[in-house]
Amino acid sequence: MTHSKLSSLFDSNKKILSIYMMAGYPSLEDTIPIMEALQDSGVDMIEIGMPYSDPLADGPVIQRAGTQALNNGMNPDVLFRQLESVRGRIHIPLILMGYFNNVLQFGVERFCKKAADLGISGLILPDLPFDLYLSQYREMMESYGLSFIPLLTPQTSDERIRLMDDYTNGFLYAVSASATTGAQTSFPKQTLEYFDRLKSLSLKNPVIVGFGISESEHINQVYSRLQGVIIGSAFIRSVKGSMDLRKDVEEFVRGLIGG
Amino acid sequence: MYAVNEKGFYGDFGGAFIPEMLYGNVEELRNCYLDILTEDSFQNEFHSLLRDYVGRPTPLFFAERLSVHYGAQIYLKREDLCHTGAHKINNAIGQILLARRMGKQRIIAETGAGQHGVATATVCALMGMECVIYMGAIDIQRQSANVARMKMLGAKVVPVYSGSSTLKDATNEAIRDWINHSEDTHYIIGSVVGPHPYPDLVARLQAVISAEIKVQLQEACGNALPDYVVACVGGGSNAAGAFFHFLDEPEVKLIAAEAAGHGIDTDKTAATTFRGSAGVIHGSMTLLMQDQFGQIVEPHSISAGLDYPGIGPMHSFLNASGRAKFYAVTDQEALDAGYFVSRMEGIIPALETAHAFACLDKMKFETSDVIVVNVSGRGDKDLPTYIEHFKNIEE
Ligand SMILES: Cc1ncc(COP(=O)(O)O)c(C=O)c1O
Repeated sequence: MTHSKLSSLFDSNKKILSIYMMAGYPSLEDTIPIMEALQDSGVDMIEIGMPYSDPLADGPVIQRAGTQALNNGMNPDVLFRQLESVRGRIHIPLILMGYFNNVLQFGVERFCKKAADLGISGLILPDLPFDLYLSQYREMMESYGLSFIPLLTPQTSDERIRLMDDYTNGFLYAVSASATTGAQTSFPKQTLEYFDRLKSLSLKNPVIVGFGISESEHINQVYSRLQGVIIGSAFIRSVKGSMDLRKDVEEFVRGLIGG
Repeated sequence: MYAVNEKGFYGDFGGAFIPEMLYGNVEELRNCYLDILTEDSFQNEFHSLLRDYVGRPTPLFFAERLSVHYGAQIYLKREDLCHTGAHKINNAIGQILLARRMGKQRIIAETGAGQHGVATATVCALMGMECVIYMGAIDIQRQSANVARMKMLGAKVVPVYSGSSTLKDATNEAIRDWINHSEDTHYIIGSVVGPHPYPDLVARLQAVISAEIKVQLQEACGNALPDYVVACVGGGSNAAGAFFHFLDEPEVKLIAAEAAGHGIDTDKTAATTFRGSAGVIHGSMTLLMQDQFGQIVEPHSISAGLDYPGIGPMHSFLNASGRAKFYAVTDQEALDAGYFVSRMEGIIPALETAHAFACLDKMKFETSDVIVVNVSGRGDKDLPTYIEHFKNIEE
């Protein structure tokens, strides 16, 4: 079984708490300490954001964190070096999230090989369209055992969702609203209906909800319908200017799942 | 052969590299744009507004003194005489008519120099539609007159502080707005850039320029086909419009002027075909200026309208296939050309257009050669820059 980390996580049928962090933020060397603190706090999966100069799909909090990370000197070479150094110490699944141009310039296959060598489970590339993934990259990514994680939105048709479900093998990333990342206060009725619709499709892959999740109430609303959540902007805010990363990360996670 | 294919590509360039959050909007546009553009009612309304509101056809003027100077037959396509002072309005009119037929109530746009912002604010006022313009905070400072024009026309001008606070960031922010208002909003992109179908849509709307040139040239010299068409390229919309009906006429040589800024060997340049490489910017695979990791780098040009780190995918293909020849024109060469043309023909060109004129100095002609220079806009907006530069010469 190639996707062992992801599939054993989802096979447990546990509800998933996943955190999106920005590589190289707040400081360049904070990537690893934050990953370790997240794992120790009981987080199930980590999305590592790779900073990009022009992050179209992100809201202001993640944009600013990305700009900071770039100014700190983060780039794929540095990130891969950091991940190399932590090999064997992080056991939870890791997903890399970044914009296609960074991967393209690195060399798509070279990037995938490197990520796979370092034990990365999957890739989220929001601006690589699904049809292009299918026609050009699916076979190659699968040969390296990497899951391509597609995004879907309330506007994505059932037919398209099924297509994504059929041709991927990690999880589906449901964007809570057709919006850039950022925090909302609570899920409106139509968002809950969208979650219910996703549930009723009985998809092969688990569905994890991201964008706009900041409160434990959001989490409960998702957990009663789908398999898990991804928290991004709210987490980034909690480590901004942190003097004690381990303590702040632990407190943030405890605040979400109760402790 | 140079048209976009059904997948949205020009050779290896183009496509729609967009997040799923934009898929619905772009799909909706892709599904309807050709049908709407070819409807009689659309064509009638578009062309009557171009005639009565924009002032088309714009003249094709035989530039006698320039012709003598360069030893060739030089004609000027006077887009500078369009309402609002540049070709940008052709696209804005077409897209707002499209938006209305798609049932959209709200219009957004990005702008760098402010010309596209002014054109969009103008057509929104004309149609009584809500208008939001995204503009880099730095450009807002540099282009205060156009900011005032947009506001007077009733548009909301939103300053963009992200990234480098210029045109590329304003474009990102407009795209984010579109993601967040997918139902009611149409994004009027200002050049032949962005995800498919935008490059094709904007090229078709600007194609009126070359359609008119053909008719006017036939009348003026008995042959609809010139030897050269010369235009500047920022994103490439005025060039796309001026080239469009000549693309499949191989005897017509297509000349594109890019902004070299301080020079193509410096890091203060916007000469994308000289210094760029293939990558994804604003949803399109095209040539762009980037570092080794694929981070988009900030270009430089004295002309705000050419100060963009990419070019439209159609132009990347025209460059790769050799169909168009690209020249890089420095800030200094453009300023000198702007000054020279003003004295020679009594036409003060926009700094963008001055780059096209500067190409004439780099080319060799036969006296019988017929050259059409697309005068994309007038220089009023650039007077502060021209004045600053020529202070010393005048005294
Ligand atoms: C007068 C003029 N010419 C040219 C341009 C460059 O745009 P494009 O390359 O799309 O024609 C601009 C853009 O602001 C402009 O105002």
